[in-house]
Amino acid sequence: MIDQPFVIAGRTFRSRLIVGTGKYPSHAVMAQAHAASGADMVTVAVRRVNISDRSRESLLDYIDTERIFILPNTAGCYTADEAVRTARLGREAGLSNWVKLEVIGDERTLFPDNEALIDATRVLVKEGFVVLPYTNDDPIACRKLEDAGAAAVMPLGAPIGSGLGIQNTNNIRIIREFAHVPVIVDAGVGTASDAALAMELGADGVLMNTAIAGAQEPIAMAEAMKHAVLAGRLACLSGRIPRKMYATASSPVEGLISRV
Amino acid sequence: MRISLNGEPFEIDEPLTVAELLTRLAIDPRRVAVEHNLEILRRNLFADTMVHDGDRIEIVNFVGGGEA
Repeated sequence: MIDQPFVIAGRTFRSRLIVGTGKYPSHAVMAQAHAASGADMVTVAVRRVNISDRSRESLLDYIDTERIFILPNTAGCYTADEAVRTARLGREAGLSNWVKLEVIGDERTLFPDNEALIDATRVLVKEGFVVLPYTNDDPIACRKLEDAGAAAVMPLGAPIGSGLGIQNTNNIRIIREFAHVPVIVDAGVGTASDAALAMELGADGVLMNTAIAGAQEPIAMAEAMKHAVLAGRLACLSGRIPRKMYATASSPVEGLISRV
Repeated sequence: MRISLNGEPFEIDEPLTVAELLTRLAIDPRRVAVEHNLEILRRNLFADTMVHDGDRIEIVNFVGGGEA
């Protein structure tokens, strides 16, 4: 089966899996995990340069920027203003006007502050950014973000780093049904079946970091996630059978030796 | 003179440009973004922009991160 290409704001990606760059045991393991995942977009954080210790190697030395598109994020921002400043710095440091927009509303859950997120989206879209906002699994918030000009919406499956999997499958399905932009499930994936489920629900892509970086074998998990996203996507396109309450045999009843 | 560099006080003994400041800090200008008094400073202006007493300079780069 030939799939539609995965296109965000006119740019085509080969992989529907987007991965992070944090929490890996080393930059070398990260680079191998990226290769194993097949992802051609990775997200990076924007932080102050360490002035007193310049010895640390640059993250960008470990990302094949010929093959992999860099998506700066505003992780760690708690207000619209901070997020907008961080997005502008990310654009200046990078090579594109794309941003994974996060405005966090609460330290314990890291749930987004949707009101501030929508405000920041509006500001950045006016400045020509391609905005991919991280939001709740809320179809109305997603609609407002789309109205504000978001190029995609990125509802969470579960809290960031929790590995709980998709908590509200029906909302993800409804978000996909309502949205006119790509839907990328962002956060909450714990293992391959979670990624497959997100894709089966109709998501256009999945973004994850901890599920790969925190696995005991990050490189193998990255490969598992690649297969899960492909499998889930193909299953989604293939039209699953309806759920039934009771069994339906798949072998013919005719010709059974016990029948008289 | 004294500036605020990435949120910390930083002493400079002679006038210098942002480009010279980066050189002094051993920072590759191609890998960073600079905010000068809360405004983004385009890379092509680093060499022409003087650092003044009391200025607030932020120098950022990309680090590993996914979410929050």
